[in-house]
Amino acid sequence: MTLHVLWPNTALMTVLAGAVLMAYVAFNGMLLVWLERKVSARFQRRLGPTEVGWAGLLQSAADVIKLLAKQLITPRHVDRPLYHLAPVLVFVPVLAGISLFPFDRHLQLHDFNIGLVLLFALAGLGFLGIFMAGWGSNNKYALLGAMRAVAQNIAYEIPLILATLPVVLLARTMSLREVVEAQHQLWFIVQQPVAFAIYFIAAVAETNRAPFDIPEAESELVAGFHTEYSGMRFAFFFLAEYTNMTIVCMIAATLFLGGYIGPSWLPVPGWVWFFGKVYLLLLVMMWLRWTFPRLRFDQLMSFAWGVLIPLAIVNLLLTAVAIKVWR
Amino acid sequence: MAEIWGEPAPQPLAGNGDDTYYLNMGPQHPSMHGVLRLLLHLRGEEILEAEPVIGYAHRAHEKMAENRNYLMFLPNSSRVDYLSGMIYNLAYCQAMERLLGIEVPERAEHIRVIVSELNRISSHLLWFGTFLLDLGGVTPFLYAFDDREEILTILERVTGSRLTYSYGRFGGVTQDVDALFVEQTLAFVARLRGRMPDYHALVSDNVIFRHRCEGVGLIDQATALRYGVTGPCLRACGVPYDLRRAEPYGIYSRFDFEVPTQPAGDIFARYLVRLAEMEQSCRIIEQAVAALPAGPIMPEKQKKRFKPEVGESYFAVESARGHFGIYIVSDGSELPLRLKLRTPSFANLSAVAAVLKGTMIADTVAILGSVDVVLPEVDR
Repeated sequence: MTLHVLWPNTALMTVLAGAVLMAYVAFNGMLLVWLERKVSARFQRRLGPTEVGWAGLLQSAADVIKLLAKQLITPRHVDRPLYHLAPVLVFVPVLAGISLFPFDRHLQLHDFNIGLVLLFALAGLGFLGIFMAGWGSNNKYALLGAMRAVAQNIAYEIPLILATLPVVLLARTMSLREVVEAQHQLWFIVQQPVAFAIYFIAAVAETNRAPFDIPEAESELVAGFHTEYSGMRFAFFFLAEYTNMTIVCMIAATLFLGGYIGPSWLPVPGWVWFFGKVYLLLLVMMWLRWTFPRLRFDQLMSFAWGVLIPLAIVNLLLTAVAIKVWR
Repeated sequence: MAEIWGEPAPQPLAGNGDDTYYLNMGPQHPSMHGVLRLLLHLRGEEILEAEPVIGYAHRAHEKMAENRNYLMFLPNSSRVDYLSGMIYNLAYCQAMERLLGIEVPERAEHIRVIVSELNRISSHLLWFGTFLLDLGGVTPFLYAFDDREEILTILERVTGSRLTYSYGRFGGVTQDVDALFVEQTLAFVARLRGRMPDYHALVSDNVIFRHRCEGVGLIDQATALRYGVTGPCLRACGVPYDLRRAEPYGIYSRFDFEVPTQPAGDIFARYLVRLAEMEQSCRIIEQAVAALPAGPIMPEKQKKRFKPEVGESYFAVESARGHFGIYIVSDGSELPLRLKLRTPSFANLSAVAAVLKGTMIADTVAILGSVDVVLPEVDR
C-alpha cells in the first residue's frame, strides 16, 4: 500500500486531512442544496433563492443555522436507541467513503488496494441506518419507506457492482488510483458505454433520487423513512443523501471518466478535472430529477431484475471474452 | 370513536399470523387533495380494501341556503367547488332565472360563456399540475400554474376576485367587460395553444408517465354509469355525455365544439380527455368573443327582493368535474324551502373507492389524482 499525500505522513496530518474532508462534506452539501434549488428554479421558469448573499449563495448557510437552532423533537412512541443512532449510522459511512478517492495524482488520503470493494461495503452500510430510521420511528409511512429502501438497495446494488466489474477487468486492479492511472490513453467510458449507462441509472436509484425516489415519495409516503425526523437529525439524512450523490458521481468519474486525467495539452490541474467531472454528473442527476415523474415500486423492481441485471451480466461476460481473446 | 364511525377496529399486528395492516391516509396527507381520509387495508403495498371517509370539509351549504334569502346564497355557490367557482356561481344564477322567469341579455350570455370556459381551463390546468405532482413530477406543476395565473389575472380584473367569484346576478353579470378583457382573453388562448406542444413533450410522451398511467385505474363503462360518474371521467370511458351538448343551457347550442372521448377508461384516457377539453374550451371562447354583441349586461327592470312563485326548479350545468345540478324548492317566501346540490365529485369519488381494490399505494394516489375530486364539493 502506498500513500499518495503531499504532506508528511503523520497521525496529526491524517487527522487534519480528515477535518478538511469533513469540512468539504458540509460545504459540498450546502453547495449542492443551493445548486439544486437554482437548477430546479431554472427548469421551472423561476428565479430560485436570490435574497441571501450573491445569487442566494448564502441561503443554504441560513438554512443550516435555522436547522441548528431548531429544537430536537423526539416523538414519544419511537424506539429510542434506533431512532437516535440512525442519522449517525447513515452519515458516518458516506464520510468514510469520500476519503477514499484520488482527487489528484498526489492528493489522496489513503489508497487501498481494494478501494472499490470498501466503497460498496460502506454504501451498503448506509442503508442499515435508513432501515433503522424507518423501524425505529414506529410510523407506518416510515416503515413502508424503509422497506422500499431496502428492497431497492438490494435490487440496484447488484447492477451497480456488475457494471463496475468490467472496468476492474480492464484495469486489472481494484485500487481507485491505479484504475485512474490505467486511463491515460483512453477513458473507460469509450470501451464500456453500456456499463457506464447501467452504472449511472443504478447509481441514481441507489441514492434514492427521482425518478427512483420511492423510499421518500412525498405524494405517497409523506416523507418516507425520515417522516418523524426534524431539525439537525433530519439535516443529517439530507446531508448524507447529497454526499451519497457526490460519492456515486465520484465513482463514475474515477472509473469511467478518467478521474483527475484530462487532455494533457491543457494546463489545468488534475483536481479541477476531477471535480469538474463530478459536478457535471451531479447536474445530470438534478436534470433527471426535475424532468421525470416517479416510477411505481413494482416497475422499479422489475426494471432492475428484468433489464439492468441481465444487461450487466451480458456486458460483463462479453468484456471477459474480449479481454481473453485480444490480450 | 371506532364505534361511532363504523370503522373496523384496529387489528393487532403481531401474534395472530396476520400480515395485513390498516393505514389511515389523510385527512392530513400531501396528496389527499384537501381533507379526504382513505382507510386502507394493506398487505405490504397492495390494497385489500379502501374506504373513503368523507365529511371533514362539511360546511352545510344546503342548510345555509334555507336560512338566508336567495341573493345572500350567491357567495356560497362559488365556494362549493372553489376550482370552478364561476361555473357554479352562474349555474345558481341560471337556476334562479328559470325559477323567476328572467330573460338574460345577449351580451351577458356571451360574457358568461367566456368566463365559464376560462374557469374550466383554469380548473383543468390546476388538475394537470397537481396530478403530475401526485406522480412525482414537480416541474409541470409550475408550468401549469404559470398559465393558470394568466386566467386568474384576467378574471380578477373583471370580477374582482381570483378564486371564489360572485360575478353572476339574477338576470346578468355584475361588471361589463372592456376591450382589454377581449384582448387579454384572445392572447391567453394563443398562449395556451403554444404551450400545448410543451405539455405533450414534457408529460404525454414521457415513458415513465405512460407506465404509471396506461391500463391503471380502469373505470369501465358499466361501473361509471352505475355510480353516476360524469364529466371527463365518464367521457374517458367512451360515453360522449356533455351537458353543454346533451342538454344545452344558456347559449351553448350556438357554438361549434367537439366532445372529446377516449375508449380506454384508464388514467391516461382521463388525462387525454382533459387536455383535449382545454382546446375545445379555447374554441368556444374564440367563437363567443367573435360574436360578443353590444348592449346591456342586466335586464332593464331589476328587482331588489326576490320572491319566486311556489314551485321548483332544477338546473344542471357541465362543470369542470361533471354534472352539477341545483334543485331549488320555493314556498313563495324570500327563503328557499330546500336547496339541493348535486355535485359531481361525490359520485366520482364513490367510483374511485370501487376500483382501488387490488392496486398499490402509489396507484391510489395516481387514481385519485386522475379523477380530480374537490373535497369541499364532496362534503358541501
